[in-house]
Amino acid sequence: MSEVKTVENMVSIKIDGVEYQAVEGEYILNAARANEVFIPAICYLTRCSPTLACRICLVEADGKQVYACNAKVKEGMEINVNTPNILEERRAIMEVYDVNHPLQCGVCDKSGECELQNYTLELQVDSQNYAIPDTKRETQNWSSVLHYDPGLCIVCERCTTVCKDMIGDAAISTTKRGGEDIDKAYKESMPKDAYAMWNKLQKSLIAPSNGTDQTNCSDCGECIAVCPVGALVSRDFVYQSNAWDLKRIPAVSAHSSDGFAIYYETKPRSIEDRREKIFRVTNEWNYVSLDGAARFAYDFENEDATKDEAAFNAAIEAFKKAETIRFNSVITNEEAKMLQTLKEKMGVKLYNPEVRAFQKFLNHYQAASGRALWSTDTDAIMKRADFVISVGAALRNDTPGMKYAFNNVQKLNKGAGLYFHPVGDTLIPSFGKSVECFNHKPGLEEAALYLILDLFADAQKLPEEVKAYIDSFKTSETKTIKEKVDKTVKEMVKNEETGEEEEVTKKVKETVEKEITVEKNGLIDLLGGDSEKFPDAFEKMMKKKESFSMMVGEDLYFHDKAENIAKLIALIEATTTIDVVMAPPKSNALGVALICDLDDEASGYTVGYNENGDFRLSALGNGDLDMPAMNQQEGTFTTMSKRVVPTNAALPYGGYELNDLMKVLVGAPALTIDWTPMLPVEKGYRAVAFDALPNRYLNNGTEDRGYLLDITSTEAALPTVEKFDEAAALEGEIAYRCNPARQFNDFTDKSHEIFEAFGVYASPAKAEELGERVEIVFDNGSIVMDVIADGKMEGDIVKVSDFRAAAGVYDLFGGSRYKNVTIKKV
Amino acid sequence: MGLEQFKNRNVGTQEYKVLDLQESPKTPMAKFAQVAKRTFKGELFVGLGVTVREMINALFRGQMHTVKYPLEKLPISPRYRAIHEMLRLLESGHYRCIGCGLCEKICISNCITMETRYDENQRKEVSEYTINFGRCIFCGYCAEVCPELAIVHGPRYETASEQRASFSLFEDMLTPIDKLSLQQEYDGFGAVSPNADENIKKTPLAY
Repeated sequence: MSEVKTVENMVSIKIDGVEYQAVEGEYILNAARANEVFIPAICYLTRCSPTLACRICLVEADGKQVYACNAKVKEGMEINVNTPNILEERRAIMEVYDVNHPLQCGVCDKSGECELQNYTLELQVDSQNYAIPDTKRETQNWSSVLHYDPGLCIVCERCTTVCKDMIGDAAISTTKRGGEDIDKAYKESMPKDAYAMWNKLQKSLIAPSNGTDQTNCSDCGECIAVCPVGALVSRDFVYQSNAWDLKRIPAVSAHSSDGFAIYYETKPRSIEDRREKIFRVTNEWNYVSLDGAARFAYDFENEDATKDEAAFNAAIEAFKKAETIRFNSVITNEEAKMLQTLKEKMGVKLYNPEVRAFQKFLNHYQAASGRALWSTDTDAIMKRADFVISVGAALRNDTPGMKYAFNNVQKLNKGAGLYFHPVGDTLIPSFGKSVECFNHKPGLEEAALYLILDLFADAQKLPEEVKAYIDSFKTSETKTIKEKVDKTVKEMVKNEETGEEEEVTKKVKETVEKEITVEKNGLIDLLGGDSEKFPDAFEKMMKKKESFSMMVGEDLYFHDKAENIAKLIALIEATTTIDVVMAPPKSNALGVALICDLDDEASGYTVGYNENGDFRLSALGNGDLDMPAMNQQEGTFTTMSKRVVPTNAALPYGGYELNDLMKVLVGAPALTIDWTPMLPVEKGYRAVAFDALPNRYLNNGTEDRGYLLDITSTEAALPTVEKFDEAAALEGEIAYRCNPARQFNDFTDKSHEIFEAFGVYASPAKAEELGERVEIVFDNGSIVMDVIADGKMEGDIVKVSDFRAAAGVYDLFGGSRYKNVTIKKV
Repeated sequence: MGLEQFKNRNVGTQEYKVLDLQESPKTPMAKFAQVAKRTFKGELFVGLGVTVREMINALFRGQMHTVKYPLEKLPISPRYRAIHEMLRLLESGHYRCIGCGLCEKICISNCITMETRYDENQRKEVSEYTINFGRCIFCGYCAEVCPELAIVHGPRYETASEQRASFSLFEDMLTPIDKLSLQQEYDGFGAVSPNADENIKKTPLAY
């Protein structure tokens, strides 16, 4: 485990004569930014590969002109940001960017935060020397959220870069512009780099990479975020507001467990209606990339809530007679602490099936490993890892942050990846050449972990019985294979001219039969791989790899053998160099798991908080008592990165909060955030006041948000793991509890820019077979759903959405994410 | 300019004219005689005569020296800042405002608000625009910042009304379409300077 961080090697460099420290191997641009030195750059994105489209980051390093975005710092390097020649190049480049760019900043959505505006002014472009006839460029809608105006596009390729290197969808790429050739005379008269950059610019535009006019992507909107100009805008935001009119409220995305840092941007919704409304969500795109839910699911507020005293009194009565409180993970740490206090003081049961399985899994993991939580996070993976393994996570759906990290490692760290999942996915293999996917049968997750032990464990550390068990899968058989061999044959040939006989050597191909011993690994075959081809592929994957990480997903928590799996993961951490990160299922599942003492069963009179119950507290506006939604309250979340991060209220809320109920029931401090210092210290929380929590990123990319949980760890002996049962693998018709990307809960569903429907998702072939609408029959009930084809799915397993709490999908699946079902056409 | 004239503080050397004033009466009797003489001299009627003469000239001979307000108003300086007007394009009649929001931003009393949207012709449409005249201080910044000369200060200085709201919406300020031909170009704050052409560097075109 690379728990102890090696102190990164620092080198000293000089920028414009001033000495700075920089991380060795860092690009000059990043080193300058970390030291708060300004070097202009348009096309470069931190955490993505340099595109070299804009060439504006030109600097002089040790007397040579280099691009700061792709030249690395060296000890003693002397860098000049501005030389007369470079200034001339930069000015020419900005002039070229301004050629034919519409002068309609007045109506542009980007006005005021436009990098083209900024750099044009920064480089003092006050006249134009170049000209070329324009091409007709018409606006397009690429998807239900993406709006592209090629007229404004400067083809910096940031959108395509982020889509490929970070998001992994690679849904957009450059296409031919069909513009005229640049006047040859410019080649002599123009600065060199400016000409080269113009030459490239004049040939390209951006378009969906699948050749149609619609992108086939996850609609995360990250391309919108990185666009330096107004070319890419959310369809919903076009011409709605100027950037400067919006008030930015730092917050945390309330949907996936990644806890992405976001800003809600609000202003009064209209002249008549002065109530604040969220117009869009933005992010610090150099340091964090959002998924579609974080960016587009923002208008889930519980508006028009008022202090309804009758409902409040009814709620007090309901709590007094309640035996159970049912809730989910869309809840802040503070609220979780309140519910835990209710349990302690009033003896109610806390029922949260979504988190309970995860909590149990964590307990097993702690018992086996001695560590309270996992060892790494997605940021560290992106920075260091060059080999990632994903087990039990539907990367594309469950945890966008993990998907991005998995993809980013392939693209930037020359990495390799192993993906173990029962549902076939066509997107994951496209992340990189060294990605191997195992579509195993559900129930064989343990086999995958044994295979990882086999491939990566230090044989010395591995217990003998485990080694023996793994070896029991290996067979070697002799096989006769035909091989073509080059054979040298000597022949006497009569030379026709001289009539003499000459000796000639010839090479002839001959087929020889050969006996070889083939090592077969039964585990690989069991997991749906090819044990003959895999060893060679794996050897290639392992070349020059140093840092290994594993991502663990929700499938493993909702598993009959969760305890054994937790032990296996602890064993993997103990015997290999693999770091592990686990994905909490949804929102603040980790916070709930750490703070609340959950019960296995619900019984009696139930108060549901955003869930079904006899009395319903709801932030959706449809319950018996209104509660504030996540964009209307302040508090903290515990994220996948083991970080406690603060979120602020973006919108006003007029009703009662949980804390008001607490005041009457058991007594409580004045504000919800007064609970923040009371979070359990023994679980790693700190007694820090809410207002003392920082919430920002530093210039060098350091995440300075909230604080990291203090993780206790004790020495633990190697866990004894059990063998797995091959017969436990599910066969036949299987349903998988899994949401479409961008849908996580009722709140994403309520948001008007999220269009993914509630239904059963299937591969196109399977969807055709199923028809339009089906009834899925479980052991304990059934549900009727629409069938939706997902072009990126493969195989026969269908994904059943669970984001509507009222539909009770969790109850149908019980303790597992996979169930044998009967699917009937309706 | 020299400062000599200001440095000469010897007032007596300057050329003053001494008025030929009679001596004031000294005795009470002399004073009474002066008052009585002035009272009955009839100068009052001389003055009234001038007034009546001018009245007759004005009413019957067309020699009016004042303005018949409110029937008639004096032209005011283009730099005067009265109630705002929204101008239209002379050719198409479309309103000039592009909805850039600069007036909204620059307004120091925060009294301008607008709503914009993406219209069917893929243009930015100003769906509503309002100025809160209860807060407007008529500073003229909005007219000065407007890149399209769309919002200007018109000459309408009579702002007495039952409700301020009756002249604060977009359609209230917009030039009525039937009076487009009467729309005056604005020369006040933020108007293009007479020598603007000389200051412009032309962008080369490749057509």
